[in-house]
Amino acid sequence: MKKKCDNLFWSALGHIVKRDDIVWWKAWIIRVLAVLLALVVCGVVTIFLTDLNPIEVYVTMIKGAVGSKRLTWNLLQNTAILLCVSLAVTPAFKMKFWNIGAEGQVLVGGLATAACMIYLGEKLPPALLIPVMLIVSIISGAIWAFVPAYFKTRYNSNETLFTLMMNYVAIQIVAFFTLEWSMPKGSGTPRPLEFGQLPTIFGQKYLINILIVALITVIVYIYLKYSKQGYEISVVGESENTARYIGINVKKVVLRTMLISGAICGITGFLLVAGTDHSLKSDTAGGRGFTAIMVSWLAKFNPVFMVLTSLLIVFLQKGASKISEVYRLNSSFSDIITGIIIFFIIGSEFFINYKIKFNKKGENV
Amino acid sequence: MEQNVALELRNVTKTFGSVVANKNVSLQVHKGEILSILGENGSGKTTLMNMVSGIYFPDSGQIFADGEEVVIASPKDAFNYKIGMIHQHFKLVDVFSAAENIVLGLEDEKGFNMPKYIEKIKEITEQYGFELDPHKKIYEMSVSEKQTVEIIKVLFRGADILILDEPTAVLTPQETVKLFAVLRNMRDSGKAIIIITHKLHEVLSLSDNVAVLRKGEYIGTVKTAETNETELTEMMVGKKISLNIERSEVVNPADRLIAEGLTIENHDGIKVLDDVSFTARSGEILGIAGIAGSGQRELLEAIAGLQHLDSGSIIYHNPKTGEEENLRDKTPMEIRSMGVRLAFVPEDRLGMGLVGNMDIVDNMMLRSYKKGNSMFLQRKAPKSLAEEIIEKLEVVTPSSATPVRRLSGGNVQKVLVGREIASAPTVLMAAYPVRGLDINSSYTIYNLLNEQKKNGVAVIFVGEDLDVLIELCDRIMVIGSGKVTGVVDGRHTTKEEIGILMTKTDKEEAES
Repeated sequence: MKKKCDNLFWSALGHIVKRDDIVWWKAWIIRVLAVLLALVVCGVVTIFLTDLNPIEVYVTMIKGAVGSKRLTWNLLQNTAILLCVSLAVTPAFKMKFWNIGAEGQVLVGGLATAACMIYLGEKLPPALLIPVMLIVSIISGAIWAFVPAYFKTRYNSNETLFTLMMNYVAIQIVAFFTLEWSMPKGSGTPRPLEFGQLPTIFGQKYLINILIVALITVIVYIYLKYSKQGYEISVVGESENTARYIGINVKKVVLRTMLISGAICGITGFLLVAGTDHSLKSDTAGGRGFTAIMVSWLAKFNPVFMVLTSLLIVFLQKGASKISEVYRLNSSFSDIITGIIIFFIIGSEFFINYKIKFNKKGENV
Repeated sequence: MEQNVALELRNVTKTFGSVVANKNVSLQVHKGEILSILGENGSGKTTLMNMVSGIYFPDSGQIFADGEEVVIASPKDAFNYKIGMIHQHFKLVDVFSAAENIVLGLEDEKGFNMPKYIEKIKEITEQYGFELDPHKKIYEMSVSEKQTVEIIKVLFRGADILILDEPTAVLTPQETVKLFAVLRNMRDSGKAIIIITHKLHEVLSLSDNVAVLRKGEYIGTVKTAETNETELTEMMVGKKISLNIERSEVVNPADRLIAEGLTIENHDGIKVLDDVSFTARSGEILGIAGIAGSGQRELLEAIAGLQHLDSGSIIYHNPKTGEEENLRDKTPMEIRSMGVRLAFVPEDRLGMGLVGNMDIVDNMMLRSYKKGNSMFLQRKAPKSLAEEIIEKLEVVTPSSATPVRRLSGGNVQKVLVGREIASAPTVLMAAYPVRGLDINSSYTIYNLLNEQKKNGVAVIFVGEDLDVLIELCDRIMVIGSGKVTGVVDGRHTTKEEIGILMTKTDKEEAES
């Protein structure tokens, strides 16, 4: 009976058992171990693929991320932008509304900001221009998110496809305007936007972006955890039936939450165009709308953890691209390294939720 | 005697996290025997049998089939050892016929031969006295017919050891009698049958031996002929317990809720509620009996403002103002703001009444979070309510900050009922409030309902256990296929009378 032997062998090894609640520090030990293990695996992969000393590679990586003052500010500013998009998608995801349209929502926010900078730039003083830019970008982002939400609540359309499609619409519109606005017209070189740039404070160009995002983080945290509306979002997300049962107007909550989600995306677009780039391109959002989903899930929708996860992701991106640059490897190598590390981090969640139970010796199963 | 043992478990242990579901359980089933596994909900009956049928894998211990030690790692392995389990929730393809479902997934090296299979199915049905048309589609079947399909599916694959998980939970008394006759036929032809149950009278009327589990531990096996209800209850609960539900006399009944001609059509144009009229009075428990899915859920949801009514009216008599108000097509919020204090304990506790991932405090807040003008939540009042309920109803929980899904079924229900009662309702609706609860928790719930009745609340109780309905309720309304088939007095009715009313419409339709 070969089959039986297989089974005996299989069962002698052990089996998977779901854990009870794990103590928080144990969970963190598992996560740290996962990162260390990932670094070891990356090291082995590095040696096999490139013959480079992995320690040197890691040092390069760290240098690439925080090697100089400029790089560090760059890292922080990128983290802030990614965090801002993550904060934007979180209320929607918490409600189980799969908003994968943050990319487009950020872009239209940026587009609105750029339009204000171009057409109102010379007419309004900065003290008036910047608030107008902010408000218009919030409204545009919110509209872009409201459309799929409206069709979802009215006709039960699939929000995943709808929000995804809205990204492409946004990208095309922005592509059109970058050509339209380019100098000389039609050349494709983006026009530098001189009026309405966010002010430099304490001599740091990016500081204002970071402060604004920090403020949004606190607001979103409080909104989700302590406000009645945040509570409604949780109830709708956990169980729509319960929401109906206690009389929450589910459609209203969905529309309202998507307006908020889109509005924060709009703010991100505003920060990117007015604060960081001072120009608009169709890749201004740079895929952050999708990366943000991972950041949000990894942090289990907790805005405070999102600070850490977005920092980690940006750190890996910056470090890995430095490796490619220094060692003249193509970008595949840095993608491999980033991929391995993220794989281990996500994989560690399995060991936090489950444990493998090995059968003790001498025990008959 | 030894070679007669069909299945034996020795020291089987299974844990889920820190919860021990089965601890060193040993038992035997012989060929030609019906063994009941008796235990309260949560005592580990189903877990134990799931290990035998290959769904779970034991942490330690041995299983012997036909005297040989076996390893059962999948349901397929279980079938190889001729073990078949009929689960509580059927796993059938609705659009397939009975025969198609029975042969589904069969590996026949000689090729697929439907007429031959149908021949074999007919042989089985004749041999054991089943009633089944192999060509009938599943969606046309009653629950009891579906169960028959599941049993034949297992027999068709040659099972000699049959395990049935709570087989009578969904059946009427008449269908139960039929099932038991079939099971006895199978026993007489030498099959070993295990039924999992928590109903004492079934154990006594059907099985040869009873194995009792309590909190995952094996208490002992007794011969049915040598035992009685009291002894079994004591083994099951661990202490002497009185099995009588108190029923006080109705004091000053007044019409509280009058439903008139309630009709709901579903998407297929089938009337799930058909001209249902009744009156719920204050200080009285109105029972609603019927086969599962006869419209009970829709009825309660319509009253609670969760279902759209196609016609009819729900008139509420406000005891404070003396005014009459029609609740038809009002949302739950509107009903509450009209000053109607309606409490509803839905059937789906974690999917509707509560949010499983939220803690007890946040679940308390479900009913009250809107209070006040602030845009922020007030967690103080819900927290003290949560603590009050934990203390008063003896909810077993680490703290009020524990997510409710981590609580056991009985404690979940205490939290839900506690919250609903806390709003000082004038109408209390409860759908299957003791389903899945152990005896002690069940009695806590009965007592709470009785207490509400004494306070002058109109209680509507949808139940499935007819013995309980008869003992607890003042009046019992029976519904079948969405129609009211009768209203009987709880003090002067019998199970048989209610059973006939439950199936009344089916028969009338069959005759016409």
